[in-house]
Amino acid sequence: MPTRNNKTAKEGLWELRLYVAGQTPKSLAAFANLKKICEEHLSGKYTIEIIDLLTNPTLAKGDQILAIPTLVRKLPEPVRKIIGDLSNTERVLVGLDLRPGFAGARRGA
Amino acid sequence: MAKQPARPHPFHLQKCPTGINGLDELTQGGLPRGRPTLVTGSAGSGKTLLALQFLVNGATEYNEPGVFMAFEETGDDLTTNVASLGFDLDGLTKKKKLAIDYVYIERSEIEETGEYDLEGLFVRLGYAIDSIGAKRVVLDTIEVLFGGLPNEGVLRAELRRLFRWLKDKGVTALITGERGETSLTRYGLEEYVADCVILLDHRITDQTSTRRLRIVKYRGSSHGTNEYPFLIDEAGISVLPVTSLGLNYDVPEKRISTGIPRLDAMFGDKGFYKGSSILVSGTAGTGKTTVASHFADAACRKDKRCLYFAFEESPQQITRNMASVGIDLKPWLQKKNLLVRSARPTFYGLERHLLEMTRLIRTFNPEVVVMDPITNLITVGLAADVKSMLTRLVDHLKTREITAFFTSLSSPDGSAEQTDIVVSSLMDTWIVLKDIQAEGERNHGLTIVKSRGMAHSNQLREYRLTANGFHLEDVYLGPQGVLTGAARAALEAEEVAASLARTQEMERQKRQIERKRSVVDAQIAALRADYEAEEEELKKNITEMEARERAAALQRARISSLRKADKEGDCANKK
Repeated sequence: MPTRNNKTAKEGLWELRLYVAGQTPKSLAAFANLKKICEEHLSGKYTIEIIDLLTNPTLAKGDQILAIPTLVRKLPEPVRKIIGDLSNTERVLVGLDLRPGFAGARRGA
Repeated sequence: MAKQPARPHPFHLQKCPTGINGLDELTQGGLPRGRPTLVTGSAGSGKTLLALQFLVNGATEYNEPGVFMAFEETGDDLTTNVASLGFDLDGLTKKKKLAIDYVYIERSEIEETGEYDLEGLFVRLGYAIDSIGAKRVVLDTIEVLFGGLPNEGVLRAELRRLFRWLKDKGVTALITGERGETSLTRYGLEEYVADCVILLDHRITDQTSTRRLRIVKYRGSSHGTNEYPFLIDEAGISVLPVTSLGLNYDVPEKRISTGIPRLDAMFGDKGFYKGSSILVSGTAGTGKTTVASHFADAACRKDKRCLYFAFEESPQQITRNMASVGIDLKPWLQKKNLLVRSARPTFYGLERHLLEMTRLIRTFNPEVVVMDPITNLITVGLAADVKSMLTRLVDHLKTREITAFFTSLSSPDGSAEQTDIVVSSLMDTWIVLKDIQAEGERNHGLTIVKSRGMAHSNQLREYRLTANGFHLEDVYLGPQGVLTGAARAALEAEEVAASLARTQEMERQKRQIERKRSVVDAQIAALRADYEAEEEELKKNITEMEARERAAALQRARISSLRKADKEGDCANKK
């Protein structure tokens, strides 16, 4: 488990991966929601990689993807997974550890 | 158990053979092809193994590649766990006969943020299926998803879609599920997989474990409905269907010697039917093993193979003991005509015994099988279980035309034959050896209680175990029935004496006749002699008289010539 210092050191490098399967309404919604959240909270310090499993089915195995859409936070560590179309912003923020003060509580849990 | 090809089915429901011993017989060909089958059971009941065996057999025997989607164990764990069964998962994976995908899901790592579906699972499964052209799919255990995903509603909808999708794909799927308290599976998977449901069970009765399998439902096909015991051993799963063989086998007309000539005579001089089942029951020390050894010995003498299961004695002990009654089994053991397999019945459960036996029968391929004694198996299971096991064994032996010889120990009290009733209906021939206690002695008697399909002696015969083996005595009937032991010996002596007296009397009378004849002969000779003497006298007189007559005539002629009388003719005229 990386320490909080590590995390802060890598604060600038948010690597996000969004797994979708084709251009479904849910996928499109997820991407739009993600974009919005990132712009609001991580402006300028994030990358989003979209992986379409219909074209790259082998990639599903690596990140243990079952649900679509799934957002994987590769960096900063630890890896976190958020499933769904990201329409519940509150929960996305919790999932990404972006809610100040809440992250510590979760980590302790 | 021999593997049988899938039988054609009247409903034309295509079957997908599992290649698992016995299961294909129960399902009359295998699982429903192109449809999902649910295998449910409690923890450790062998679900994963059954599923994996289904895939491995498909890949190796039926050229049907398979996908194993593991939700519980990683691919490496799985490979290691089944390597001991001889399943080379790595090799099959390399040959593109098998694809293993480990699905890991951990609820605490997942945040749910809106609508989603399980397309990722579909993509992974679809990719795995397409990459090797899989015909078979195993999902083990998909119920893990219920613990991993928060939204059960979505999950249920997706499962329904998954099973429909699998059907559309045309793959034969096997889904495992954990047994629920009140339902077949904990999360009600049976709701989605309705074509075929197989229930596995693992029970401990009297400290002995028995695994059982039951086909709860099989849509569109008839199937065995009982609970069938099955085994997991180094070859994987073997199901032992109780009635799969049924009562439909060829019966040979050939006969096989009992090894005891006088006993053969009691069976119309020919012995048992080949391929029949024979029970010899008797109390302790009545020579059951000796009779069995005679039978084994006779088979070996005809260069047949005999398999001897001994539940009480070691092979060495049997050979030594039988040598004392003049049966030398050693050469047969050396020639490998005889194989003695000793095992304590309590060593393992009944089903395991049966499996070991059938396996040995398959490899050794004997014509004669001896089990001595079957009563010891009762210590392992209930009488009903023993009977069911023996039924299957007898059926198995009969289909192979193997003559089966069982011995059974009866209790020494009045119900001597009662204990055997359990199994006697399975037996074609039943010989009872019993103690006959009378006049301060204990002797042995043999009777044939039944022998299906042949004339047989109804006599109670006394026998002795001599240095030359089992010896049936001559029959002596006394006023109280058959005489045995000293009473028989006494009567035997009496009969010898009486017979001697009769012979002597006969001799005496013969001699008297001789004497009479010689007396008569002598008398006849005397009479004849008298007669001959008289005849001679008379004849002499006649001759004398004739001579005298001639002399007189001569005299007359001379006188007349002297008188110069007339010639003969004149003289007559002158008279």
